[in-house]
Amino acid sequence: MIGPLALDVAHLFAGGLVLVSVMLLYQDRMTGLINTFALHALVVSFSVAWQAFIQDAPHLYITAAIALVVKAAVIPLALHRIVVRLGIHRTIEPTVGIGLTMLAAIGLIALSIMVMLPITAQAGALAREDLSFALSVILLGLLMMISRRNAVSQVVGFMSIENGLILAATGAKGMPLVVEISVAFSILVALIVIGIFLFRIRERFETVDIHLLHEHRGEQP
Amino acid sequence: MSDPGAAVLLAVLVIPALGAGVLALLPDERKGAWLNVFLSFLTFVCALLLIGERPAPGPYLIVDDLNAVFIVVSTLVGFTTSVFSATYIAHELETGHLTHAHLRFYHAMYQMLMFGMNLALLSNNVGLMWVAVELATLTTVVMVGIYRTPAALEAAWKYFLLGSVGIALALFGTILVYLAARAVVGEGLDAMAWNILVANAHAFDPALLNLAFVFLLLGYGTKVGLVPLHAWLPDAHAEGPTPISAVLSGLLLNVALFAVLRFKGIMSANPAALAPGPLMVTLGLASVLFAAVMLYRRQDIKRLFAYSSIEHMGVITFAFGMGGTLANFAGLLHMALHSLTKSAIFFCVGHIAQAKGTQRMADIRGLTVTHPVLGWSLALGVIAIAGLPPMGLFMTEFLIVTSTFARAPVLAIVLGLSLLVGLGALLLRLNEMAFGEPDGRRDPASASFLPVGLHLALVLVAGVWLPPALVSWFQYVASLLN
Repeated sequence: MIGPLALDVAHLFAGGLVLVSVMLLYQDRMTGLINTFALHALVVSFSVAWQAFIQDAPHLYITAAIALVVKAAVIPLALHRIVVRLGIHRTIEPTVGIGLTMLAAIGLIALSIMVMLPITAQAGALAREDLSFALSVILLGLLMMISRRNAVSQVVGFMSIENGLILAATGAKGMPLVVEISVAFSILVALIVIGIFLFRIRERFETVDIHLLHEHRGEQP
Repeated sequence: MSDPGAAVLLAVLVIPALGAGVLALLPDERKGAWLNVFLSFLTFVCALLLIGERPAPGPYLIVDDLNAVFIVVSTLVGFTTSVFSATYIAHELETGHLTHAHLRFYHAMYQMLMFGMNLALLSNNVGLMWVAVELATLTTVVMVGIYRTPAALEAAWKYFLLGSVGIALALFGTILVYLAARAVVGEGLDAMAWNILVANAHAFDPALLNLAFVFLLLGYGTKVGLVPLHAWLPDAHAEGPTPISAVLSGLLLNVALFAVLRFKGIMSANPAALAPGPLMVTLGLASVLFAAVMLYRRQDIKRLFAYSSIEHMGVITFAFGMGGTLANFAGLLHMALHSLTKSAIFFCVGHIAQAKGTQRMADIRGLTVTHPVLGWSLALGVIAIAGLPPMGLFMTEFLIVTSTFARAPVLAIVLGLSLLVGLGALLLRLNEMAFGEPDGRRDPASASFLPVGLHLALVLVAGVWLPPALVSWFQYVASLLN
């Protein structure tokens, strides 16, 4: 059976992930944003590894390793290279002010806790808190995607959503391996796509600000 | 592999998967195009065989009455689109829109897309279905961006972002469904298999199911193109190659709708859970209303028919949301006929865009004079899609509206009026394009009219006389959906 200390540690990691998600929202430099995302991936990989340990589910270590190697190391390095090559170190253009975003973030976290806790009362203590934290991370990632114009920060927002999904999937005890691998796999595939896109967008526009793309729509509104 | 049904089932998946690999390696794109046609035809034949030879449901794959309808429609349109694509794409090479390498990639991706959709339809596992829908989406994202023009890239990027958000929400919903099932069925694969989920749904925690369904409806609803979440759809249709527009409208939207229907089945099997109907009715009606009004402001021919797809997906979602054997029957038939009609229209649009060198409707005039066959095919297609008799879509829309009248007259009036508004817009545009004063370029259209003719003939026959066997089959499936 899962002891109270084990649960506390699991909650520490999950809560830490929410905290890092909030940190992502107030980064005003590209390098800071990418480093914070690496931290995000690191926390998720610790969280998954801890789940693997307390649930006695060794296959989850694979998911943790993938998160550690790919998302905490390879992707941040690649993003750093893209950012340097494009010369956009300091250009993060939020569409909404930071203060307003933070207020919205607090509201979203409260919302997800209030929605999830009563519903998952029977789902067991582990799944209960994990799911509400996971929903917070997903909602904060969505907030990030709509409050930033820059393609790189939107990609980071999307990957933080994926981290939240991994947290939810590992919290649901005994979920078949299919899904864990698929999540990791889909991130890889998504990255290839993103890579191609970033490459092409840069090639055509010399910038990754997708706001500029709107000028090219085939139709007047 | 003693069971013939299991062999056929496997063939429906293995042919496109292997085909994608072979096509990626084949250097000659002419041969590639025809191999693509051949593979799609083989898949279609195997799908037809599945109706008769049904294997027992396994842990990963299942063939039941519902997905048999979808898989036959899907592989049929996949086959005819590959025929159209073979004649269309050669022209793109001549005009320099695509290079040889692009074309090889395009054919491989086409089979990969077919594989993703077939897998999504045949899977007996909510997780596997999610992976398959994701795969199908990613392949279409790449195909939409294949021309690499700024507009195509913007469309692909928008599609990718909105699609990813949708798919993320759907995965969260899937996890919640698993949690609800785990308490009853136990851990492991059983808690994700359709047939076991539906059989045990009555004992699931209703609160968890409700929350899960909201996420699933929003997630897969993004892919269906339901209205607050539709923004990617017109761009993706307008900027990608036309065969992909046909497959997107005709098939991928259906696959996403199929996922929603599967989860609706679980919801309806639990009496304490929220009724899924009103949510679907609201989203469906909003889509019809919005798309019907937006049809008037289109200037691009592919965007016009993309909005028409939003309208029709709204009609189908509305019909399934209303429920009842009659509405389900009409919704199912409407889905099949819409796939056939819309892909036929996109085939015409592709040839028109090549002959006239533009997608702007203002520059397309008097088609029945300059290109009689093309012009009249388009006219027939638009008459069908607008829901005028004697085509099949008239009958299904009529059934949906009248069956709604008996239960919720206000909804029926709103739906009927929106359909009329949409009809007005389509006929207005058709009048200018087909019968106006001819001008602009008049390149001859070198095209195969076999796919267009076949689709429109099927839709016409469905409107005039439905074979009794087909009616009883669809009625049986409709009663299962209740």
